[in-house]
Amino acid sequence: MRKKSMTAILLAVSFVLFSGTTMAADSSEPIKIPIKNWSSQIVMAHVIGGMFESMGNNVEYVPVDNQASFEAVRTGDLTLVHEVWQSTMQNAFYSAMEKGGLIDAGTHAAETLEEMGVPNWVIEKGLCPGLPSWEALKDCHENFATPDSGGKGRWLEGPQSWHGDVMPNRVKGLGLDDKWVVKFAGAADALWAELKAAEKEGRGTIIFNWTPNFTDAAGFTFIEFPPYYDGCRIADGGDLSSTGCGSPTGWLKKGANYRFPRSHPQAYTAFSKLSFTTPQIGSMAALVDVDGMTHQDAAVKWLADNEDVWKPWTESILGDTN
Amino acid sequence: MDLLTKHPKAVQFFVLLAVFFLLCLLISPSDSNVLWRFPPLLKQLPFIINDSVRYLMFDWMPVQVYDPIIDDFEEKPLFREFTRSISSIFLLVINFVREIFLGGVKTVVAFTDWDFINENPWVRWPALPWTVIAGWAIILGYKLQGKGLAILAGICTIYLAVFGQWKPSMETLSFVLIAAPVSVLLGLIFGIWAFKSKAVEIALNPLLNVAQTMPHYSYLVPVIVLFGVGDHAAAIATIVFASPPMVRLTLLGLKKVPADIVDSGLMSGCNAFQMMFRVLIPTARRDILIGVNQVVMQCLAMTVIASFIGAQGLGSNLMIALNSLRVGTGIEIGVCIVLIAVLLDKMSLAWANKQTDYFADLTFFQRNRFALVALVVFVLGSILAYIGSFIFRDSYNYLYIVPHNKGITTAPFWQLTVDWIWDTFFYALKAFNEFLITKILEPMKSMYLAMPVAATFVLMMGAGYILAGVRQALIIGGFLLFIALSEYWDRALITAYIASFAVIVSAVFGIVVGSICAQNNTASKVILLICDFLQTFPSFIYLIPVIMLFGITDTSVIIATVVYASVPATRYTVEGLRSVPQVMHDAGSMLGVSRWQRWISIELPLAFPHIMLGINQTVIFALFMVIIGAFIGTTDLGQLILKAISDPQGTGIGLTLGLCVAFMGLAVDQIIRTWADNRKKALDLA
Repeated sequence: MRKKSMTAILLAVSFVLFSGTTMAADSSEPIKIPIKNWSSQIVMAHVIGGMFESMGNNVEYVPVDNQASFEAVRTGDLTLVHEVWQSTMQNAFYSAMEKGGLIDAGTHAAETLEEMGVPNWVIEKGLCPGLPSWEALKDCHENFATPDSGGKGRWLEGPQSWHGDVMPNRVKGLGLDDKWVVKFAGAADALWAELKAAEKEGRGTIIFNWTPNFTDAAGFTFIEFPPYYDGCRIADGGDLSSTGCGSPTGWLKKGANYRFPRSHPQAYTAFSKLSFTTPQIGSMAALVDVDGMTHQDAAVKWLADNEDVWKPWTESILGDTN
Repeated sequence: MDLLTKHPKAVQFFVLLAVFFLLCLLISPSDSNVLWRFPPLLKQLPFIINDSVRYLMFDWMPVQVYDPIIDDFEEKPLFREFTRSISSIFLLVINFVREIFLGGVKTVVAFTDWDFINENPWVRWPALPWTVIAGWAIILGYKLQGKGLAILAGICTIYLAVFGQWKPSMETLSFVLIAAPVSVLLGLIFGIWAFKSKAVEIALNPLLNVAQTMPHYSYLVPVIVLFGVGDHAAAIATIVFASPPMVRLTLLGLKKVPADIVDSGLMSGCNAFQMMFRVLIPTARRDILIGVNQVVMQCLAMTVIASFIGAQGLGSNLMIALNSLRVGTGIEIGVCIVLIAVLLDKMSLAWANKQTDYFADLTFFQRNRFALVALVVFVLGSILAYIGSFIFRDSYNYLYIVPHNKGITTAPFWQLTVDWIWDTFFYALKAFNEFLITKILEPMKSMYLAMPVAATFVLMMGAGYILAGVRQALIIGGFLLFIALSEYWDRALITAYIASFAVIVSAVFGIVVGSICAQNNTASKVILLICDFLQTFPSFIYLIPVIMLFGITDTSVIIATVVYASVPATRYTVEGLRSVPQVMHDAGSMLGVSRWQRWISIELPLAFPHIMLGINQTVIFALFMVIIGAFIGTTDLGQLILKAISDPQGTGIGLTLGLCVAFMGLAVDQIIRTWADNRKKALDLA
């Protein structure tokens, strides 16, 4: 009984306290930002965290698996996600949104490209003359065969969780299925390992990749497929005659837990205004992948060098009352 | 007739195989043929599981909880509030341990709130300088065992600091220091309970198997929902994973205690408590200590998976390094994990083995000399760190905490090694790989897929009947039926094909290598160390070179699996053979047997039950790794488990698939365990 009344008193006190302050003040509870496993995401996490800290917020970084992170944002264990790639993550993103709890916090200026492609040396070695046009694939599949591909050339697609059967359907839609077969890699690192092994051996390889990415530095060319249009994929009502279409340029979104706008209104405003361009994201990743800095140092440096970019997002329209 | 009486089992097996192949020939492969593939009657099961788990997690018995931050009441399900309160206890303890090592504010926050910290920026728990922790580790090592352990402790701590992995290592350590003791304690409690009550033992066994064989990825989302993301969730998942071997080995050890010892305990007038803690457990100490070793190993083996659900530290750094293919950095981090594992293992064993000297008559100084030295180290380290703040005024204070990635790095060396391996072996391995895939693996896979479901049932249940008995055969049938009625039978066959190939290779390799090494003391120690290394060295690291050498193929998955699954086969063989009493060896020698005969006719049969326990673990380890193989790229159950995470119905699909994997392990477990028990009885070992 005593405990209960204590709680009641505490509740009452907090009611009084909260009705006394304006709702615009950010809570002092830490904003939880996920750390996933690729460079630009981690640097951006620390950049955004640094922005929040400059506004007087507490920030906490939590390592988490990418696909599982959306459920964590939904249930409020993480406050936000800041780099949601359309092609590889929209399933997880919208599935969490439909279950309730995850909100769309706007889109970055950056447009992403995620597509099948070859490292530049494949073209330089002449392993498939005519690339990057997809028509070239009709005559060079032998150079891309592997022991388990049954004599066909192999497309190495990312994990099946990324786009389901889009790539197998594309191979069929282009009429290439008697020459090419799609193999799903298990994770991104498997793609990079294949890239490196193929380069050492000097054999052809076609993998799924995206930009901006750390592979940009070594040179990577995306194959030009027939242009994408709404409804060409089977999931959007297309059939095998139309599934040959390439990938659209994709969005890069931000998401947040539904409590975020109310718990940290200032920080949320800044987060929703925030929008990075492709060169900006590229420069964040390059500080780590090319210059060899740690992610934290890279974020500090980026924030210092780009104050004119991010300061405006953090400034309050209402003035500095809080 | 002679054959039948002499080797009844061999004949039975022959008949079984004949029936099996006959069925394979007779049953025509068509989808409408029930004997070829059962109809997926349990198709709805994933959705039912999904709905009920979601109901439990989100809707069952909602309670009104006031959320002061958004000034509103929210409905939260009771069950989740309960699991979350467990989480917060774990979080509090982990943060407390972590802040002893690294400093911070969270422990203070737990008793005040964030506003208090914001208003009082000076409130901050200081970190211990790394020199102090290193010094303490060395003193502890010396106190527990002597010079050897002190040197090991010194090497480990200095390695962590010098290579700039101090902070992530301490983060990992702080959650292991909670997860491991809790696992040991739970293991002991449940092991003792199972020893006392047959019913508990029977009920626990399948639960333990499910806990060990359920792929983590299949319950990642429920863990996140129920326990949140962070070190607390990771610690809880680790405990679930690390306790089962401890339970098993505690039970095994207690059962092995000879009746004479129990009698002598009774005659001395022990009460139940004394009997357990003064007689049984000390006598069973050997197996229990193996259990402790397993707990420590499994806890550190989990560091990488734990980082998927929020564990800070080495695991998450490792995944980041591997994702940009920095294998060298990955190896360096992997070595840190192994070093921590070895040090913790040795220290816990030394602590458990330490005898209390009841008759010592020591002065105050003698009794407390280690505490006094530790105090001196603390003062010296703090002074050093203070001086350091002047020396390194403009950069990092290397005498306080070596910052992450600011130490020496050996990454280029490892990178060169990996490159050298590639340059030297690639072409030879390529030929081998092509041969293996086209001549063995692909045909084997098609054979597995060409088995009619009825034939598979006959084969498995028949083997269960011959080796174990009718009851076991029926249980196996039940497990298989679950998989056969789900939609995933073909996928399960592919998992079975990879796993069975890997188990055979691992078992042969483990028994041969284990037997050779068990002949010699030093070799035994070395091989057990190698086992520790392979078990804790995160498999994700060697997945990368393996993929580079063998491509994204089943070969890569099998090699990764064999590396990991050979560990228990080898370990249990060595331990089994080493525990054959010297008397038996002598008896054999007196009868004039050769070394070879002694091995075949005395050592192997006597160690057989223990070795079979190892094979049982090998099966479990292999299934575990085949599912992890989904990260390389497989077309089996693992691929679907990975895919389920982003699926709206994923919880149910993931759990169903996880059960399929667990049931495969359980079916094999039924045969091996009963078989081993029967052998034990026949040898009068039980």
